[in-house]
Amino acid sequence: MSALNVDNTVDDPRQRSPLVLGHTDFASVTNEICAVNEAPKPPKLWYVTLVISACLASTLLVLVGYLVVTGVGVWGNNNPVMWGFPIVNFVFWVGIGHAGTLISAILFLFRQKWRTSINRFAEAMTIFAVICAGLFPGIHIGRVWLAYWLFPIPNQMEMWPQFRSPLLWDVFAVSTYFTVSLLFWYVGMIPDLATLRDRSNNRIKAIAYGFFSLGWRGSMRHWHRYERAYLLLAALATPLVLSVHSVVSFDFAVSQLPGWHTTIFPPYFVAGAIFSGFAMVLTLAIPARQIWGLKNFITMRHLENMNKVILLTGSMVGYAYGTEFFIAWYSGELYEKFAFINRAFGQYAWAYWIMVSCNVLSPQVFWFKRARTSIWLMFIVSIFVNIGMWFERFVIVVTSLAQDFLPSSWGYYEPTWVDTMTFVGSFGLFMTLFLLFIRFLPVLAIAEIKAVMPEADPHAHHEHDPDHDHEEGHA
Amino acid sequence: MGRFHYVFPKWSNLFLPTVIVIGMTAPLYVAFMVAWGFSPKTTDVGYMPTQPVPFSHKLHAGELHIDCKYCHNTVEYAAAAAVPPTSTCMNCHTQIHPESELLAPLFDSYTTGMPMEWVRIHDTPDYAYFNHSAHVTRGVGCNECHGQIQTMEVVYQSETLSMGWCLSCHRDPAPHVRDPKLVTQLEWGWDMNAAERLAEGQKWVDHNNLQPSQDCTTCHR
Repeated sequence: MSALNVDNTVDDPRQRSPLVLGHTDFASVTNEICAVNEAPKPPKLWYVTLVISACLASTLLVLVGYLVVTGVGVWGNNNPVMWGFPIVNFVFWVGIGHAGTLISAILFLFRQKWRTSINRFAEAMTIFAVICAGLFPGIHIGRVWLAYWLFPIPNQMEMWPQFRSPLLWDVFAVSTYFTVSLLFWYVGMIPDLATLRDRSNNRIKAIAYGFFSLGWRGSMRHWHRYERAYLLLAALATPLVLSVHSVVSFDFAVSQLPGWHTTIFPPYFVAGAIFSGFAMVLTLAIPARQIWGLKNFITMRHLENMNKVILLTGSMVGYAYGTEFFIAWYSGELYEKFAFINRAFGQYAWAYWIMVSCNVLSPQVFWFKRARTSIWLMFIVSIFVNIGMWFERFVIVVTSLAQDFLPSSWGYYEPTWVDTMTFVGSFGLFMTLFLLFIRFLPVLAIAEIKAVMPEADPHAHHEHDPDHDHEEGHA
Repeated sequence: MGRFHYVFPKWSNLFLPTVIVIGMTAPLYVAFMVAWGFSPKTTDVGYMPTQPVPFSHKLHAGELHIDCKYCHNTVEYAAAAAVPPTSTCMNCHTQIHPESELLAPLFDSYTTGMPMEWVRIHDTPDYAYFNHSAHVTRGVGCNECHGQIQTMEVVYQSETLSMGWCLSCHRDPAPHVRDPKLVTQLEWGWDMNAAERLAEGQKWVDHNNLQPSQDCTTCHR
């Protein structure tokens, strides 16, 4: 009973800190997590947020319709800033979509047991973020009905996409990432869907969960194959974590624009993506664990670990900002130097300094344990990071395009109301999907969480094994 | 445990055979769609409308050897190869068959001044800007696109005029070019074998430094 309400952020080298609090048997874990789906009515706040989100999602839908009917002129994109909001938003959402696979694949391969409480969450977030991301290039092409031209499909025009262009690599990278993430998410969910199926109290639920759990019976053979498949998918997904945002960064790095044409971009983008992804996981997890009472599973230790990742990746991003400036100076290249001085002190300086203060300065509070374990502070910082990472993409996309080589072709980019509301609407789509996920799918990996409890350890009751005495340890 | 238990019904065993059957019929479907796409019905190859006067290219260009440019006189200078005005026809037809009933619409046109309503056969879409002079002056023979016009009693479309068809030549022009002076020699090259034809084409590609553009904006402006 000792693991009920301890402070599991303490690191005692003699014993592992518990990752699940308040439970000593498996049945209560299942009951508590399934309660999120099985409660006759979700909390009031769920309805309120769903209504708001659905309204915003509808706004998005209407504005996309308006765009398709009218043309891309409804946006602020114009010479010289042709990319504007759609590409800023694309990179922003793809970046957020990175934490899911990092948590589910890389942390899985590294046997980081704390991932189990947050992976389902983060994977769902990944799927929904990539959906939002995929939307923007799709509508940015102008003639939406020709979007299939993005793919190399044989046709009577004998016309192919430009295989030398990173924009095409992006199509492959993002669609592969989406497919693998979706598979990974779904495969991981099968045993839990079967749990919900067996507990369902009406026919529709039984059929729906029954259909998607693919006849899972939990036999030894099922588990054996499931674990194999999961491991293989984790190994497949791992390189994708690094490749997708590297390819996204090529969209910029392969061009010859000052401020874009730098070799630091792939690692810098990947670090930034993980940074923003973890921030978004925190932004969603903190209210969710509060509202649905999941504090025993998403414990302070989980949150603290995520804050450590945010501190690390935030500092990496800050280091990259510094390196960019150093290289601009060290290159002695007039245009490169101008591009960076212009970023920090030019017409978009306000955006640059929002980015620096949110991304580099705000996570530095996490050097202190008190900050890492303060719910309000970490919530605020996670929001700041989300804001900062959006502005990072804005700064990169807009400043380099607005003022490049020829002063005669300089310009100033301003979004229109359609730009702004489309971006806000994408949050509506994201949140709508996420809220539906919480209500109808297993929010936490029920089966996996049980495996990290001391009770799952066949040696849990060996008295003289110092590595396995969780229960006695806190007595 | 809940009150309802879900087991996949027996008929769900049909899923696998269904997938197999669909998988097996998919190649047939693909083959049908591809064949349909290539069929003349889709590509307009063989389009042969009835003209107001039964003008025979076989007679004029084939047997009488009237040069293409005698009638289509703008072809070296302009984007469009002009369809000749009635007066061009009347250069000869005031003397030849001046009473023919078949030519009545032509004579009407000549007396009233209202142009003949020839039906256009080779019609590219409005968003594709084809320029005859650019091709003719670089040695693309008339029959490369229009077929063996000197043998046609009634002219029909002999090539697909699809974008892929245009690009096939832009990507590899050698088999289709010749000495620009000989573009209207419709029977030129008949005595060559394939290798000789290719060598001749390559000679003119090199001689005129032909590098046909494949940019979108070349044709879509």
